[in-house]
Amino acid sequence: MIRLTIDSKEIQVEEGVTILEAARLNGIYIPSLCNYSGIAPFGACRLCIVEVEGMKGFPASCATVIKEKMVVRTNTEELVLLRRKVFELLLSTHTKTCTTCVKDLRCELQALAAYLGVEKLTFPAIEKNLPVFADEPFFDRDYNLCILCGRCVRVCDQIRSRGAVDFVNRGIDVLPATAFNRKLQDSNCEFCGACVDVCPTGALIEKDFRESNNTQKTVTTVCPYCGVGCQINLEVKDNKIVRATPDKNGQANNGQLCVKGRFGILDFVASRQRLKVPLIRTNPDRLIRVNENNLNQVFRPATWEEALNLVAKRFNEIKATYGPDSFAGVSSARGTNEDNYIFQKFMRAAIGTNNVDHCARLCHAPSVSGLGMSFGSGAMTNPIYEIKDADCILIIGSNVSEAHPVIGLEVKKAKAKGAKLIVIDPRYTEIAQFADVFLQLKPGTDIALLNAMMEVIIRAGLEDKKFIETRTEGFKEFRETALEYTPALAEGITGVDKQKIIDAAVTYASCDKSTIIYTLGITEHICGTENVMSLANLAMLCGKVGRESCGVNPLRGQNNVQGACDMATLPNVYPGYQAVDNPAVQEKFSVTWKAKLSGKKGLMLTEMYDEITRGAVKAMYVMGMDPLLTDACVSGVRQAFGALEFLVVQEIFLTETAAMADVVFPATCFAEKEGTFTNTERRIQRVRKVVEPPAEARLDTEIIAEVSKRMGYDLGSVAPNEIMQEIASLAPIFCGINYSRLDDEGLQWPCTSVDHPGTKYLHKDKFIRGLGKFHPIKHSALPEETDKDFPFLLTTGRNLYHYHIIMTSKTKGLNDLSGPPYIEINPQDASLHGIKDKGLVYVYSRRGGITISAKITDRVRPGVVFIPLHYAEAPVNVLTINALDRYTKTPAFKVCAVGFKKAG
Amino acid sequence: MDEKTQVNLISKLQEVQANTGYITEHAIARISSQFDISKSKIYGVATFYTQFRFTPAPKHCIKVCLGTACHVRGAEKVLETLENELGIGCGGVSSDNKFGLERVACFGCCALGPIIVINSKVYSRTTPKKALLLLRKIK
Repeated sequence: MIRLTIDSKEIQVEEGVTILEAARLNGIYIPSLCNYSGIAPFGACRLCIVEVEGMKGFPASCATVIKEKMVVRTNTEELVLLRRKVFELLLSTHTKTCTTCVKDLRCELQALAAYLGVEKLTFPAIEKNLPVFADEPFFDRDYNLCILCGRCVRVCDQIRSRGAVDFVNRGIDVLPATAFNRKLQDSNCEFCGACVDVCPTGALIEKDFRESNNTQKTVTTVCPYCGVGCQINLEVKDNKIVRATPDKNGQANNGQLCVKGRFGILDFVASRQRLKVPLIRTNPDRLIRVNENNLNQVFRPATWEEALNLVAKRFNEIKATYGPDSFAGVSSARGTNEDNYIFQKFMRAAIGTNNVDHCARLCHAPSVSGLGMSFGSGAMTNPIYEIKDADCILIIGSNVSEAHPVIGLEVKKAKAKGAKLIVIDPRYTEIAQFADVFLQLKPGTDIALLNAMMEVIIRAGLEDKKFIETRTEGFKEFRETALEYTPALAEGITGVDKQKIIDAAVTYASCDKSTIIYTLGITEHICGTENVMSLANLAMLCGKVGRESCGVNPLRGQNNVQGACDMATLPNVYPGYQAVDNPAVQEKFSVTWKAKLSGKKGLMLTEMYDEITRGAVKAMYVMGMDPLLTDACVSGVRQAFGALEFLVVQEIFLTETAAMADVVFPATCFAEKEGTFTNTERRIQRVRKVVEPPAEARLDTEIIAEVSKRMGYDLGSVAPNEIMQEIASLAPIFCGINYSRLDDEGLQWPCTSVDHPGTKYLHKDKFIRGLGKFHPIKHSALPEETDKDFPFLLTTGRNLYHYHIIMTSKTKGLNDLSGPPYIEINPQDASLHGIKDKGLVYVYSRRGGITISAKITDRVRPGVVFIPLHYAEAPVNVLTINALDRYTKTPAFKVCAVGFKKAG
Repeated sequence: MDEKTQVNLISKLQEVQANTGYITEHAIARISSQFDISKSKIYGVATFYTQFRFTPAPKHCIKVCLGTACHVRGAEKVLETLENELGIGCGGVSSDNKFGLERVACFGCCALGPIIVINSKVYSRTTPKKALLLLRKIK
């Protein structure tokens, strides 16, 4: 601690902070415009000048670090006078139009003018007369209002690692600009809006800011897109969300958001295409394609009473005729924990089947299963904020900067602090640019690569022998298998230079705090679960689990996919991962729910379609999911849905799946309900109601409860806090969770009692399953090898500007930035086939074909092509193969054989 | 950007300018990936120095000295005459890319001022009239 005096006040502050920080910590205000928390000091505005005894001149307090016995004065007459002059100089280049400025009353400059008592200028004003950049998405740039504080330049460089704008020119002409003054969409800007958030004036301003001024309330809730769980502040005016800004206190996001959360929420919530009333099918042909023109000939609007009664009646009839297992329920990782809990309770207690699953089947089911078998829990082991303190980060099969942008920032923070970064991916992703070692492997060959890394580690004696001995089992058998994979052998299988494999292995094993981050590049394979177990093997081999900033971290895809799994919209477990075939557990749930429960494991999502075709499943209840766009080999799924006797879809938009339904219930989106989401790091966070739902749309829990009541089963209270109480009473890992505790900052499960603080990282001292288990894993052949007719390997994934499609496509700016559907092709392959950039290409596989625009880029290696999964007009899942992971039946979206040719 | 990168960057920019005559967008993109610095940063550095140009160099480059000695001997008038004659301002290039006009602080031969340098050739003791004659000669 350092002792110093500021304005005759004796204070004690931690070493290393600046005078400005020390003053603010002790309630002493020093004005400043360029300083911003989290960004390195700049000393540009000179407003925070102070007097320090023994120092010459007037040092900028934001850039002067405190010293023992320092005596600082912040408000002498001379300082006040100087500040006023400095401020007048700043104002002299700022076009002074407060009366018409959209930032009026929210402008830091204006507030400071009042504080400093500056009413008129003693310097001649300089009008810059610069053109405004108004034809860029989401926000305008008007540098006539810029005071050159440099916050935007620094946040873009230091926090977002983009450097899209920098100061250009010299002297009076200096301005923040892109290279050659290009528009932002022609630069490397990602439109995260961080620059807009930090701008003190109206220079950077949202396009619809005028409308969003004087908002009536601000509600803090959780972003509905990816699994990072960013806290956002939604500002509301006349029951409409007008602005979304990052919450500075969000533990997962630290005041940052990505373009989707910042700019992609308003439009879909308020979209005119939202479902507003219940719909009942009038046209018996379920395969008919529905569009705006024929909607009236396929569906008719109905009252809630009629729709609910119809569903309850048909469900009861089908249950009586074919039994409870003729039902299948598909829930959504977009819904809250409470929605998911009620949905599975309905399926299990009211219907009486375990045939309930959700979209995690298509993404991280192999994580839940693989890490479950290795460690005893399928969740991310360590929290997001520990990533920045890691010494080595191994990213495999994760396009983190586009799919989980805010976690990407944490990785870049670690890198800036000196961490080693290993990136393993078939594509040269954005994060690969930061890598120390980049291994561009052939899709689907992860096991060979990981085994070879472990071979190197074992041969070099870099394994953690003590950890293996005391904390794990099964090492001997595993060791034998791993040793079969020499780097040379792996080079042949993976196409990665063996020296790079050795470098990666040695780096990972020899750093103290090494962490693994992975996503769907690992799980969406026929060997997805085994891929996951291989990563677990690697972490255990080196003793990198159960410590801070280590671990194996699957980044969950959707906002609440962790929660949906926890709430057991899964066919084999009750909430809190309690097996359905454990009689004691079944008894507990049976008593609380007052219902007879099935002890038979249910169908997984990807098995349901076969069972429909076979005639075993007759009715389906789909809540908030669109399997017709998201499942592999969608033509088969479409046929299956066509064969159903009764299909109910509960949605916010008329999706492809909803268009096949017999009854469509209009539901509410995240901004219209109370509840909780559990983010990727197991943090349960409060979701709050921001606006009223459109027209007659109702809460998901209410709809399910109404159906259930009409079927003769009472689901109990559907008040969100009471549902959480019920969850806490039934699932030991959530015992200590309740709404009053969640209000401030959320809790990370396991949280086993009301005074338990939550669990930051898992497997400390002891794995959840007791001992960690090594599994011997062998490389398996691809589900489909390339051949003469289908000479390319197709891999699929995301881009930054869309989430899936149905929500993000409602925002014009996102559509513009993402452009039309495209396929990434290596320049070498493109020139061989005479394909030009932006030219149309017909891509085909054994399942079907799509026409799509070409993007020629060396992000993909020769022989591999990539198509993003977002586009309904060119659905990539027409091409993907219906091959499933052996354990979890997750489709192998990440690799199949295709061919392509010039179209038209 | 550390000091070493900055020094290397400037030499790289000089090399580009020596080879191509000016700094192109393409060159900045290339340097960006080579140095792992964003394009805007490189552009920021390049625009800070007057030595770098971003459009093709004009055929004839006219530099007028406005250092103290030249200034007191009427260099301002010389510059003004050239500006009017060429129809471009200081730092500008004529639309046919034939003439470029720049002002310079000092050439180091103050006794001979006002100085004009046209395509590296030095003209001494200029007057507005002499400047016009010189210009017409090369036009």
